[in-house]
Amino acid sequence: MADRQYELVYILPPDTTEQQVAELHEQVGQVVTRMNGQIEKNENWGRRRLAYEIGHHKEGVYVLDVINGSGELMKELDRRLKVMDMVIRHMVVRVDEEKKVIDRTQTKRRTESERRRVKRGLPPQRQPGEGRSPMDSDNDDDDRFDGAEV
Amino acid sequence: MAFGQGRSGGGGGRGRDKDKKAGDKKDGQRRPMFRRRKVCKFCADKIDDINYKDVKLLGPFVPERGKVLPRRISGTCAMHQRKLQVAIKRARQIALIPYVTE
Repeated sequence: MADRQYELVYILPPDTTEQQVAELHEQVGQVVTRMNGQIEKNENWGRRRLAYEIGHHKEGVYVLDVINGSGELMKELDRRLKVMDMVIRHMVVRVDEEKKVIDRTQTKRRTESERRRVKRGLPPQRQPGEGRSPMDSDNDDDDRFDGAEV
Repeated sequence: MAFGQGRSGGGGGRGRDKDKKAGDKKDGQRRPMFRRRKVCKFCADKIDDINYKDVKLLGPFVPERGKVLPRRISGTCAMHQRKLQVAIKRARQIALIPYVTE
């Protein structure tokens, strides 16, 4: 069966050392390789404020792993993380199907816009300096924040 | 329908009144308040991926109290509100967004 893609996020106490984080990542990696999975991406978000207290902790070290593997693998990983005292919170989310949907809508949107542009006698891709750049809408938000600061 | 009738009715001013949809209601019941038409932010900005990790994106839809901002206020379309709701619930699980704030 084709591999599924999962995202695993776990939170460690704020006083965790770099070494401990690496160790835990090693442990996760072992489980993943043992059950024929692979870690596609590993991200450390560093220390962040928690939105609410978890076991007297107000901050936590966030780690994100993107894992390709079977459901059994994630079940095992989930079970292990539940047992570990060091992990104060973790979550597993399946992402491959959502990603597929997003890809599909994006390609559809792109081909559709190209089709319309060609129909209007324009080159299929948007030329630089033409129309409003997609960043403009973001800037609107930023401007509001800037205004608040000043 | 109403539009066509208004035109053929001839009497300039009256015809236009009918066009304003309030034609079949009594004038007194017409809502005096003007409302800005709300647009779904995700449709307008073409945001396909409503991700639970993107706190900046979800933030405006989780007001002070920590509840999910209803559709009637934010103007989000049904599909995106559904995705938003899932993303917010996931973000809550990993303490990126509060469940409640007192």
